[in-house]
Amino acid sequence: MIKRIKVGMASCGIAAGAGEVLELLKEIAQDKEVVEVGCIGHCYAEPLVEVETDSGNYIFEKVQPKEKDLQKLLELDEFTRFQPHNLRIDKERLLITSLAGKIVPTSLDEYKDHKGYEGLKKALEMKPDEIVEEVKTSKLRGRGGGGFPAGLKWSFLAAKESEQKVLICNADEGDPGAFMDRTLMESLPHQVIEGMLIGAKATGARKLFIYCRAEYPLAVKNLNIAIEQIEKEGLNIIDGEPVDIMVKEGAGAFVCGEETALIHSLEGKRGTPRYRPPYPTDYGFHGYPSAINNVETFANVPFIVREGGAKFAETGTENSTGTKLFALAGDLKYSGLVEVPMGISIGEVVYDIGGAEPGSVKAVQIGGPSGGCIPADHFDTPIDYDSLTSLGAIMGSGGLIVIGNDRCMVETARYFLEFTTRESCGKCTFCRIGTKRMLETLERITGGEGSTEDVELLSDLGNKIIRGSLCGLGQTAPNPVLSTLKYFNNEYLAHVEEGFCSAMECKALVDVFIDQETCIECGQCIKNCPVDCISEDYVVDNEVCTRCNSCIEVCPVDAIARIAKGGEVSVRN
Amino acid sequence: MSKEKVMEKSNLIKVLQTEQKKEGFISDAAIERIAEEFDLPVVEVEGVVSFYTQFKRVPPGKYQIMVCDGTACHIIGSTLILNWITDDLGIKDGETDEEGLFSLESVACLGCCSLAPVISINGKVYGKLDRKKLLKIIADYKKKEAAGA
Repeated sequence: MIKRIKVGMASCGIAAGAGEVLELLKEIAQDKEVVEVGCIGHCYAEPLVEVETDSGNYIFEKVQPKEKDLQKLLELDEFTRFQPHNLRIDKERLLITSLAGKIVPTSLDEYKDHKGYEGLKKALEMKPDEIVEEVKTSKLRGRGGGGFPAGLKWSFLAAKESEQKVLICNADEGDPGAFMDRTLMESLPHQVIEGMLIGAKATGARKLFIYCRAEYPLAVKNLNIAIEQIEKEGLNIIDGEPVDIMVKEGAGAFVCGEETALIHSLEGKRGTPRYRPPYPTDYGFHGYPSAINNVETFANVPFIVREGGAKFAETGTENSTGTKLFALAGDLKYSGLVEVPMGISIGEVVYDIGGAEPGSVKAVQIGGPSGGCIPADHFDTPIDYDSLTSLGAIMGSGGLIVIGNDRCMVETARYFLEFTTRESCGKCTFCRIGTKRMLETLERITGGEGSTEDVELLSDLGNKIIRGSLCGLGQTAPNPVLSTLKYFNNEYLAHVEEGFCSAMECKALVDVFIDQETCIECGQCIKNCPVDCISEDYVVDNEVCTRCNSCIEVCPVDAIARIAKGGEVSVRN
Repeated sequence: MSKEKVMEKSNLIKVLQTEQKKEGFISDAAIERIAEEFDLPVVEVEGVVSFYTQFKRVPPGKYQIMVCDGTACHIIGSTLILNWITDDLGIKDGETDEEGLFSLESVACLGCCSLAPVISINGKVYGKLDRKKLLKIIADYKKKEAAGA
């Protein structure tokens, strides 16, 4: 018998159409309890619906809002059941996301039924320094990218004497292509809050902020509901005193992920970073000692206190303990959110979990605009803070984009630099002007006007920006360029020496060509061309063509392709 | 200035966000009014508004199209998506059309990477787009508007 039906209603589920599914399910299964849950991380199979029955739970994938399909689901039809592939199950280790998508995010009772707030309960009976010790034992490192030991940071704040201490959760997940924190806040808001309350007890902070990017409305909503619930139950009372906890929405500035910039933004000012020291634990929000941890860091804390730091440290490697969440996307089969033990190799994540075809991938980009590209021949590298840094990438917050063979690495680097150039706050000259000059140089190269001196200039300028910038944004902005220069120098050289983009991506270096032998003269390309550059006898005027790909997309027989400029044969595919 | 008063100023961004939610953008008049309320120089409020990309200084269209240019969308072809919309509607990134119907903006990441490439129109997300799908979505909005008018 069906007990309950759960519809995955995190952002990605909603985007895939879960809202319509939910509505229709409520309509046709009126006698059943239909609830909204978060995300189980298998984004490629959304929308997902899980049916709880007496005899176990069944998950259904790619559920369409059609009555016939939903009826089948209610009959527990075997054919549309979802089964995650075995390799992923083997490789994943769910320490912090085990409840994501399994429980109703905004149900305090359900969270409690699954050991929720047991960590806090235990922490309230411990002395502050005992909690700090436990976190130190766990060797938990900051999950926002830097990897600073969380226990050590807490001990700094705990040691401060002040009328007010502040604990801040950095939820300004600005890396394009990263959605770990969003999933945690949407699917497990109580777990993040529990981690923060434990932090409050450990450090003596009584004012807590969650600085969340405004682009995550569902996360903000769920967090606010959760806060209201715990305040009602008095779970926010520590040592007889209520702790003030508040969600503050950011306003769209990548640099606000940097802690001093974040504090300025919290204070209602422009989010520019400042020189450290003084560190926020000495001089933070309005001058009060403040500590800032990332969402994922806080989400790890309940487990550490509940089960013990030593137990936590059993997972992972000697210096990078626990698990790491990665937002896996790009050229692979199974995109989504994965939680893997530290120390797993990049290859295992890309091929075994992500299902990418070996041989089809040329690199992964780890760490977003601050990170770097790691080529496929280094895929045996273990994922831990130190190994990644030694390759010129960083752990970052956890965006992991798989780059297939048919992508241009120069263009990829240009893309990231365009992002950081736009997001540079303008305070440091090297970051403000240097990134702009680097971007212009990259645009020359992708535009077919680059020279070998330009390639040398990039590496010289990149290293100077790293030295001449105050905060993490500038100090890491050149990474995507420097790492591609290191591993894909041949692509840069092909662009400047031969005017050749092997991926056929750089517009200025390609022509669009219609293969007359394959063409069936159906007229689709002519009809769809926005600039009317295809003649009646199916020849493209490449002077007029904007390389918009409209004709390539509509051609029913694949007779149209991008080719190397001036060439005559199809190279792509 | 008292500590309490300083803490209040932390709400400047929140107040600006509320203003934008109500009006769709931040007008000159709104900046002057808010500066007065917070007892701040106008230039300081303007400085905060211009720093954050969320704040708009021109009225947006009735339908706000956001093209995701996150990493996953970018490598799959968000530039093409943007160009196709420009070709169809005649507006570029950051512009609103003359009728005030559509506005176009590329954004850092909508966070639905597995559905790349994606756009959102007034918050509703459309994923796994190709040219045909995209143009149909826009055409549907146009049709809806024509029917309603």
